[in-house]
Amino acid sequence: MDIHEYQAKERFRAAGIPVPPGEIATTPDEAYAIASKYGGMVVVKAQVHAGGRGKAGGVKLAKDATEAREHAGNILGMEIKGLTVEKVLVTPAEDIQTEAYVGVLVDRNNQAATFMVSAEGGVDIEAVAAETPHLIRKLVVDPRYGILPHQGLWLANYLYDDPGLIKQAAKIITQLYHAFIDAGASMAEINPLVTTPSGEVKAIDAKMSIDDSELFRRPDVAAMRDSSGEPASEIKAREANLSYVKLDGNVGCCVNGAGLAMATMDLVKYYGGEPANFLDIGGSSNPDKVVAALEIITSDPKVKSILFNIFGGITRCDDVANGIVEATKRIDIKPPIVIRLTGTNEEVALEILKNAGFDAYTSMDAVVEKAVALAGAN
Amino acid sequence: MAIFIDNDTRLVVQGITGRDGSFHTRQMMEYGTQVVAGVTPGKGGQSFEGPDGKTVPIFNAMDEAVAATGANTSVIYVPPAFASGAILEAADSGISFVVAITEGVPVLDMAMAHAFARDRGVRVLGPNCPGLISPGKSKVGILPAQIVSEGPIGVVSRSGTLTYEAVFQLTSNGLGQTTCVGIGGDPLIGTNFIDCLRAFEADPDTAAVVMIGEIGGTDEQEAAQFVTDHMSKPVVGFIAGQTAPPGRRMGHAGAIISGSAGTAEEKIKAFEDNGITVAQRPADIVGLIRAALA
Repeated sequence: MDIHEYQAKERFRAAGIPVPPGEIATTPDEAYAIASKYGGMVVVKAQVHAGGRGKAGGVKLAKDATEAREHAGNILGMEIKGLTVEKVLVTPAEDIQTEAYVGVLVDRNNQAATFMVSAEGGVDIEAVAAETPHLIRKLVVDPRYGILPHQGLWLANYLYDDPGLIKQAAKIITQLYHAFIDAGASMAEINPLVTTPSGEVKAIDAKMSIDDSELFRRPDVAAMRDSSGEPASEIKAREANLSYVKLDGNVGCCVNGAGLAMATMDLVKYYGGEPANFLDIGGSSNPDKVVAALEIITSDPKVKSILFNIFGGITRCDDVANGIVEATKRIDIKPPIVIRLTGTNEEVALEILKNAGFDAYTSMDAVVEKAVALAGAN
Repeated sequence: MAIFIDNDTRLVVQGITGRDGSFHTRQMMEYGTQVVAGVTPGKGGQSFEGPDGKTVPIFNAMDEAVAATGANTSVIYVPPAFASGAILEAADSGISFVVAITEGVPVLDMAMAHAFARDRGVRVLGPNCPGLISPGKSKVGILPAQIVSEGPIGVVSRSGTLTYEAVFQLTSNGLGQTTCVGIGGDPLIGTNFIDCLRAFEADPDTAAVVMIGEIGGTDEQEAAQFVTDHMSKPVVGFIAGQTAPPGRRMGHAGAIISGSAGTAEEKIKAFEDNGITVAQRPADIVGLIRAALA
């Protein structure tokens, strides 16, 4: 789960990291009021779950409150990478001397939280890591000890020469680690970490992603979810406990298991079609889940055919077949449905489906070819 | 022979009285796995009713179960909130292999648990995995037994049902398996592709390996390099997620393309560059394995 910059800043502030003040506006007048309160120059920043806000025109410097209102008017309602901006953060503009990068993420290869710091701030760290890795200092944090004082200093030493700045940055790095752990994050980033002419080190941007598996035990973090930018179908899928990702094609896919679901989408493409979605229905044969899945898939008007690909292992195919028959009685579905079931009790399952008037298969290739053909014909 | 589990596997089931734990314990016992103990805190002294009138003693803690039964392997069916604790306890109990089935374990918990197990020389498989099966010998986890058969193919995969798909096709075409291992779809997993490839290479009964990967991370790329450097046996590969968009989690917590890293294209190229023949479709795996063995 991604959280907004202003939410990440709240977490950072709570951890003791120096972060400039800021407030959220949802209208230009609110932006005006906030900017008037601060006086002087402010920055108006789109709060949306997408990178590249600056390039998209979602971050603007305003010389006074009137200009802040004008910028907010332009940014609110703007689309950035398909997401509508509904909130802006209004924050006093800082006098910046240098910009650095400080981030921590769960690194798969090291199996631990890993820091990356670079004196090249305000940049795309992935690009720096790929093109100029010598400009990054990395530290793998041993989960048994957490970040140790000398490690924070070692990272900070890479960023600054001035002892005062090093001391402040080392403290911020340690605080960032605690904010990261306390939120159950998979990534936390300050980009840029700035120095001011008066010798202060501050976080003027903040980014954080939360591990979805942490949310059940962190209600304060879960409460930060903002679904406003998400497609309605994805919200519904989350509520129904289904893994769903909307795509642009016209072949709706309903599969048990994530790997098989991806392989099914790939096979749709292989046979010349385009998948409309990723959907993992899990091991359940519960008709309610099938109904929810079908409602989600058919809510996409582009869908011209629906394909089920079920590998019955522990789950019995006849249970799944009954679930599909039951579900399709409850709701009216326009696009044609084709079903592939194989594994435990497949003969019984095919019988059930054929009796209910469905086109049923045992081969994955055959059902995908058929679904692609149907989508093309409709 | 087989890898990781065989006739000598003596299994303790952590979470044996839960819904999933009890169902799969029966399935494993029916397959012939030696289930010697169960652990559920607070239910020590009771016994679990298995198939055919067999019973399994239940203990409150792993150390008691291991001391009383000589168990050498554990499988974990406990809910996500308690799963890493169960791994820690297992790793401290004297057993050598822990299979964690549970999906949705917090990743930072697993960073700690993996470090703890590594320190004690304990192998962890998973979490968020279907477990493994050595046909004719032992099954630990949730893989459906009816799709496997004995034979010379090793199978290793990050997926569940996609593995079943591949294994089912192998079996249907007369190609049995030494061991089928599901390593799990999480970002931080214990046993990885390289661990399995190394074990298959050392297993005299394994003649060829099927490796099924997916988007996210660099495990497949490193495994491909390992094949060049250390393997004499042929490997056939498949990668799921060619149509997956970047930045989106595709079901598995680990199946996500970050930036431009971890794409299917990148993995397929790494396979091909290292002499691994890549199946375009799951249905092509059988033909490629036959060609590799010819």
